[in-house]
Amino acid sequence: MEPRQAPLKELWSHLRETPRRFKESAFRSGPPVTDRARSEFVFNNLFLHIHPVRVHRWSLRWRTTWGLGVAVTAAFLLTLITGVLLMLYYKPYPDVAYQSIKDIHYVVPTGRFIRNIHRWAANLMVVTVFLHMARVFYTGAYRYPREFNWLVGLGLLVLTLGLSFTGYLLPWDQLAYWAITIGANIAQSPRELTDALGITPYFDPGGWMKTLLLGGPEVGDESLIRFYVLHVAVLPLALVVLMGVHFWRIRKDGGLARPEDADALLGPPRDLYPVFTDAPTKTYHLAAIVRGRSPAVNRGPENTIPSMPHLFYAECAVFMLTVFLTVLAAIFWNAPLKEIANPAVPENPAKAPWYFLGVQELVSHSAFMGGAGIPLIVIVGLGLIPFLDRETEGTGRWFGGPGGQRLVLVSAVFGLLSVIAIEAFAIQFGWLRQWFPDIPQLIITFVNPGTLLVVVYAIFSLGIVHRYRSARAGAVALFTCFLCGFVVLTIIGVHFRGPNWGFYWSPADWPKH
Amino acid sequence: MKDDHTTVPSRLAPEPVPRRDFLGLSALGAFVSALFLAFLGIIRLPRVVVSASPSRKFRVKLPESLQPGEPFVPPGRNVVLFRDSEGVYAISLVCTHLGCIVKPSPNGFECPCHGSRFAPDGHVIGGPAPKPLPWLAVSLEGNEVWVDGNVIVQPGTKARG
Ligand code: HEM
Ligand code: FES
Repeated sequence: MEPRQAPLKELWSHLRETPRRFKESAFRSGPPVTDRARSEFVFNNLFLHIHPVRVHRWSLRWRTTWGLGVAVTAAFLLTLITGVLLMLYYKPYPDVAYQSIKDIHYVVPTGRFIRNIHRWAANLMVVTVFLHMARVFYTGAYRYPREFNWLVGLGLLVLTLGLSFTGYLLPWDQLAYWAITIGANIAQSPRELTDALGITPYFDPGGWMKTLLLGGPEVGDESLIRFYVLHVAVLPLALVVLMGVHFWRIRKDGGLARPEDADALLGPPRDLYPVFTDAPTKTYHLAAIVRGRSPAVNRGPENTIPSMPHLFYAECAVFMLTVFLTVLAAIFWNAPLKEIANPAVPENPAKAPWYFLGVQELVSHSAFMGGAGIPLIVIVGLGLIPFLDRETEGTGRWFGGPGGQRLVLVSAVFGLLSVIAIEAFAIQFGWLRQWFPDIPQLIITFVNPGTLLVVVYAIFSLGIVHRYRSARAGAVALFTCFLCGFVVLTIIGVHFRGPNWGFYWSPADWPKH
Repeated sequence: MKDDHTTVPSRLAPEPVPRRDFLGLSALGAFVSALFLAFLGIIRLPRVVVSASPSRKFRVKLPESLQPGEPFVPPGRNVVLFRDSEGVYAISLVCTHLGCIVKPSPNGFECPCHGSRFAPDGHVIGGPAPKPLPWLAVSLEGNEVWVDGNVIVQPGTKARG
């Protein structure tokens, strides 16, 4: 037995060793230089272990994902951080709210910059979430076994839009007030149907939803608090939880979707150090016996590479690019702030944020179908895709499946032409009400440019299903059509609509008033 | 090419669980109904019972010079008043489409939000609005007019002095 050191000396040497011991207790594994240490680096860390220890080389090609999912995550983290900062000064009470945003914008040091970042990161999040969905769709990555994660993704899409919408009211300016008035009345729009049927006094889901959302019959202080609570607590929490599920499922579903013959397509790996120089690690064994879908089941590990560093470098690159773009936007463009909310005089034109202007265009044909019916049909349709398309051809490839790129092109042309034709007709000649002033509302609710467009798209896609004998081909046609419809309607709403929602070739032609 | 996983029984099926025992079923039932009742209890709080919005009943004096057919909008109210030889009447300015405030114009009313247009008596002549602008109850008291925004009356109902 070693002779014990003098107690004070021992204390001193422990103190000297503290930094090293602290590092060991925190990191537990050595520097990530061997394969084994790289694995431990990942699964010994709470924050990293949501990643797999090894990823397939296919997943790391830029062309597979364009980094879009990670970009959404990065944009969300930016809004989270800047959002907490904004909460320090923001006060959710009518008029006071407006003044506090003004303070943030003009008085608080860096306030305007932080507010700009929050605004543009939120916009970027909406853009990237749509692009991410499109990439998952076009690479056929929603198929078995990823159906459920596609649905989780849809939930994330809805939550993202919900966050944008609730955030939009908080500045309490004219833009905010009228956008929310319109939004809340869209929630009430089932009344268009119940009124037409004469059952509103007995069954009024529309009115119920509106008062639940607003906390009263009109947009007022109760509404502001409700939107605030949704925006800073309920929706972000739900989003974080769902994001956790989303990421976890990606691992459990065996990593990202890739073609059956991905290994052959990629060829032998270049300049990789040999795999399994060390004894295989615990996790690896586990992964191999767990039933189903881990990346290595039934396959050699040849085409997987350690997440540390390859995946993490790629993720960091996307993070940095996202931060760079957002900060650039925040330097050059200020988040808008109009006059203080005035419940007596709407903005003219009163426009929602750009990503809702497609819906606003639909709503200008029918409140119920445009604001509730068609969006619901689209969401349900999107959710059904992975259950209707159970083919395997083309999974993991861009525009995979029968028809390929050509079908996408044909559908895009068809989608663009029909939306432009229908809108141009309605803008030029008006609609049923102008021709038959006494027509029942119920007919307009169901027969209007928006519903017509949906029917045209649906018929086209069913034709494609028939022609190619493939649900995937039909899904590609429908998705492409809706994407084109969304883009064109949004452009019309943003650029071609002026005062009284009239059509103008350019904002320069708007009448002065 | 069809995948083959559809031919094997569902992953959720393989081990049959004896679920038909009475106690198990009643426990499940109790659990579900407890959750449901808790949900009903929770939803009572955000449901609005008393709303603190401003009174919609008010009193105004029409300007002496008001011509027949000339709109008069009392400050801060979403109601327009007219006076003609048959009496005084009030029409709501809240668009029946999605709640924007319509603007009186030479041939009726126009909505800035999605372009609904209404005739001078409030009925829809264009745009997406599903219903006419409602007429509101008015009564005269001396040279003042009472308007009750909560009471909708037949179009054409005018109050005589
Ligand atoms: C807040 C929103 C979202 C976040 C943060 C997010 C994040 C991610 C990330 C980081 C990935 C890894 C691959 C990649 O970067 O593309 C991914 C994959 C995936 N996402 Fe999302 N996503 C979101 C919304 C959606 C939406 C709207 C959908 C579709 C409706 C969706 C469906 C999927 C599917 C099916 C995968 C697996 C793809 C594959 O295996 O190749 N996600 N997501
Ligand atoms: S709110 Fe008046 S037209 Fe939409």
